[in-house]
Amino acid sequence: MTALSTPARRRIDGSLPFVYFVALIAVAVTIVPVLYVVIGGFRSTAQINADPSGFPDPWILTNYGTVLGSATFWQQVLSSSIVAIATTAGVVILGVLAAFVIARYQFRGREAIFSLFTAGLLFPLSVAIVPLFVMLKSMGLLNTLAGVAIPQIAFDLPTTIIILVPFLRAIPAELEDAAMIDGASRFGFFWRILLPLSGAGLITVGVLAFVKSWNAYLLPLLVLGSPKTATLPLGVQYFSTAYSQDTAAVLAFTSLAMLPALIFFTIAQRRIVGGLTGAVKG
Amino acid sequence: MSASTLTAGPAVTTAGPAPVPSAPRRSRRRGRALIIGFLAPALLVYVTFVLLPVALAAVYSFFNWNGLSALDRFIGFDNYARALGDPVFQGAIVHNLAIVGLSLVIQGPIAIGVALLLNRPLRGRTVIRVLIFVPYVLSEVIAGLAWKLLLQPQGPFDGLIAALGLGEVRQLWLADQSVVFWTLFFVLCWKYLGFAIILFLAGLQNVPDELSEAAQIDGASWWQTQRHITIPLLAPTIRIWAFLSIIGSLQQFDMVWILTGGGPVNATTTMATYMVQFGFQRSQLGYGSAVAVILFVVSLIFALLYQRFVLRRDFGASLTRGVG
Repeated sequence: MTALSTPARRRIDGSLPFVYFVALIAVAVTIVPVLYVVIGGFRSTAQINADPSGFPDPWILTNYGTVLGSATFWQQVLSSSIVAIATTAGVVILGVLAAFVIARYQFRGREAIFSLFTAGLLFPLSVAIVPLFVMLKSMGLLNTLAGVAIPQIAFDLPTTIIILVPFLRAIPAELEDAAMIDGASRFGFFWRILLPLSGAGLITVGVLAFVKSWNAYLLPLLVLGSPKTATLPLGVQYFSTAYSQDTAAVLAFTSLAMLPALIFFTIAQRRIVGGLTGAVKG
Repeated sequence: MSASTLTAGPAVTTAGPAPVPSAPRRSRRRGRALIIGFLAPALLVYVTFVLLPVALAAVYSFFNWNGLSALDRFIGFDNYARALGDPVFQGAIVHNLAIVGLSLVIQGPIAIGVALLLNRPLRGRTVIRVLIFVPYVLSEVIAGLAWKLLLQPQGPFDGLIAALGLGEVRQLWLADQSVVFWTLFFVLCWKYLGFAIILFLAGLQNVPDELSEAAQIDGASWWQTQRHITIPLLAPTIRIWAFLSIIGSLQQFDMVWILTGGGPVNATTTMATYMVQFGFQRSQLGYGSAVAVILFVVSLIFALLYQRFVLRRDFGASLTRGVG
C-alpha cells in the first residue's frame, strides 16, 4: 500500500473493505473443499465415519506416511512428470514457431492455416480416441509415455496458437523495423527480440499445457493401462477403488497427488502475472 | 467429414488478405523458407494426431462395428438417425446447451469482476490469486472424487449448511434428479472460474496503467475507469474466453463422468458421456463415432457463428493495428 501515490490511494481506500470481503468469500469457496481433503487425510476413517466434518482428534500421520513410503506412488509421480514436461516443451516450441509465422507474416493460406488450428478446438480427445488408440497401437506407442505426450502436444496446439497469435501480433511493428534497420535477420528478430518479449504468453500457454497434462485422464487410462506405469490421476482412481472403505487413506493419497501441481503453479503464476509488464516497460 | 473439416477454414475467413507490408525484397525468399520451416512441425503433428483420427472416426460412424470384427457392415446414416431419435441423447444436447448458456451468464461476470478487483495493489494479492486458481489446477478426477465425498448425504456439505442455519435446504445433491444438474453446474463453476480469471488477469497485463491513471486524475471513479477503459480494452480476452467456454461446455465429459456418470436416470447426461457410454462401455464403436460426429457438428456450428460474428473483429482490427 505504501508504494501507492497519494491520489490513487485516496480513491481506492473507500472500496477496500468490500474488495477484501469479496476476495475472502471467493477464497473460502475455492479453498475449503481442498482443505477438507487435506485435513481429512490426517484423520482416521473411524473418525470420519463418526463425524464427516470434524477436525482430526488426534492428528494421524500414518495415512500420509503409508502413501509416501509406497514405490507405486513415486513411480506415478515420475510418469506424470515426464509426460507433463515433454508435453509442455513440445507444445511451446511447436506452438510459438507456428504462431510467430501466422501472427507476423503475410502469405497465401495464412488465414486458412490459422482457421485449421482454430478448428482443432472443436475436437475433444474423446471424438478421436478410438482411431487414435488404433493408430498408437500400430505405431508401437502403447504403454509408452511418448504415446501419451505426442497426442497431447497435438491436441494442445490449437489453444496454444490461439493464445499466442494475438500476443505476438501485439508486439509493435516499430520494434521489428528497428531490429531490421540495425541489421537483424528475420530469425534474429524472432530469437533475440520477439521470444524474450513474449515470455508472459509463453509461460501462460506452457502452464496451461503442463496442468492439463498433469491432470489428463482419458488418454493415459487407455494408453498406459496398468498401475505400474500409470500417471497420478489414474493412480488416485486405482487407489480409491482398491481402498474404497478406507476414506482417510484415499483423502491422503488425493492430497499428495494434487500437491506437485499446486507447487508448480504457485511458482509459475507469479511469472505469468509479472511477465510482460516488466519486459515491455523495463 | 475430413473434407468439410479442411474446407471449414477458408469458409470462415471472409476478412480477406490484408495489404502486404513492403518488406525488403532480398528477404522474401528466406522469409518463405522460414515460414515453411516454422509451420511444418506443428502442422505435421496436428494433422497426424488430431485431424486424421477425427476423419477416421467419421468413417467408423457409417458402420455397425464392435471394434473387433472387420469394418464391413456399412449402414449409411442409420447410426445418426438412431442417435437423433433417442430421447436420452436429445436430453444430453439440452444439458450441454444449458451448461453453455449458464456458464456465459454466470461465470463470465463473476470472473471479470474478481479479475478487476485483484488487478490492483492489494495486501496479500499474490496469495489470494494463487488460492483462487487452486480448483483449476486440480485434476477433474481429484476434484470430482473430493466433491463426491463432500456432497454425500449427511456429509460435510450438509453439515456446513446446517451450521449456517440452512438445514431445510438440504438435498440429495447427487441423487435427486431435479437437483443434480444444478449440483453439477455448481461444481463446474467451482472448477473453471479459476481458468477464466487466469486469462483475464493475463489480459489485464496488456492494459496500460497510464490510461487508468489518466482517467483517475481526470476524476473518473474506479467503476467508471473499469467500465469505460479497462473492460473495453479487455474485450478481446473476454471474447476468447467466451469461445473457449462455449466449446468446453459443449464437450464437457470428465467432471460429469466422475461425479454422476450421467445419472441419475440420465439427468446429467452430456453428448460426450453418452458417446463414451455407447462407444466404449457397450462396444458400439460405430454408433459411438456417429455421436462423436454429431458432437463435432454442433460445436462447429457454434464456432463458425462465433467466428463470423464475434472473433472476426479481433482479427480484422489487429491487422490494421500494426502501424498504429
